[in-house]
Amino acid sequence: MGIPFGYVLALAGIVVALGMICATARRNLIMILLGVEVMLNGAAIAFIAAALRWQQLEGQAFVLFIIAIAAAEVSLGLALIVYLYHRTGSLDPEHYNTLKQ
Amino acid sequence: MTLHQILFFAIAALILASTGLAITRRNLVHAVIYLIFGFFGSAFLFYLFGSPFLAALMVIIYAGAIMILFLFIIMMLRVESPEERLFPARQLWPAALLAAAYVVIGGLLLVNDPSSGIALAAALTEPAAFGTYIFQSSWLAVEIASLLLLVALIGALLVGRRPVKEGED
Repeated sequence: MGIPFGYVLALAGIVVALGMICATARRNLIMILLGVEVMLNGAAIAFIAAALRWQQLEGQAFVLFIIAIAAAEVSLGLALIVYLYHRTGSLDPEHYNTLKQ
Repeated sequence: MTLHQILFFAIAALILASTGLAITRRNLVHAVIYLIFGFFGSAFLFYLFGSPFLAALMVIIYAGAIMILFLFIIMMLRVESPEERLFPARQLWPAALLAAAYVVIGGLLLVNDPSSGIALAAALTEPAAFGTYIFQSSWLAVEIASLLLLVALIGALLVGRRPVKEGED
């Protein structure tokens, strides 16, 4: 097939970095959760490439569990976001410092 | 350059472009749609790397279920998009310096690592073989994942049960 392993690792690293930028620089809880999803996606790409590099199935098994954990994390995270929105009327994390008042 | 290499570079460009567009959109619906395309690119990549079952799961669960859940929540909440701002300058400079250092050192590490030049060999994992492997060697992890999903379900039900009025507690 002829794709160097390092290229795939670089792709996974860039995707994780993009997700990290999204999770730290955006001011919206939904975008922060989307950034976490992008980071999990980059990790899955690295696992698939490693499974192919060493010809072992463990990497693919890890991707299966990454997908399961992402589903659990998103359902609970979105429920928490809805709860916070009903409680404070905003999705901006800067409005959650109610202890200050 | 073989067909596989061309496909890999095209898919990588697709993933990076759609993810980069997704994380910079102001409109949340546009961001989610772009990210769905990014996950489709990941599914293509998984298929190229010989795991069609995980590619199908990526489309069904990630693009089909998780992102649609995001769309539901966005449409339910009528989100206002707040004024975006990046970091203030005094936080931006150390962050940018650290990120640049990590990029340079990571790139050097990848370039100098002899194993990173190893070309990946084509392989195909049959879904049946993958399922047999999962349930033979990591059945405990499957059980733990199912328990985790149950806990997440109960937690989501409990948290989203009833909106708490302002000032009730």
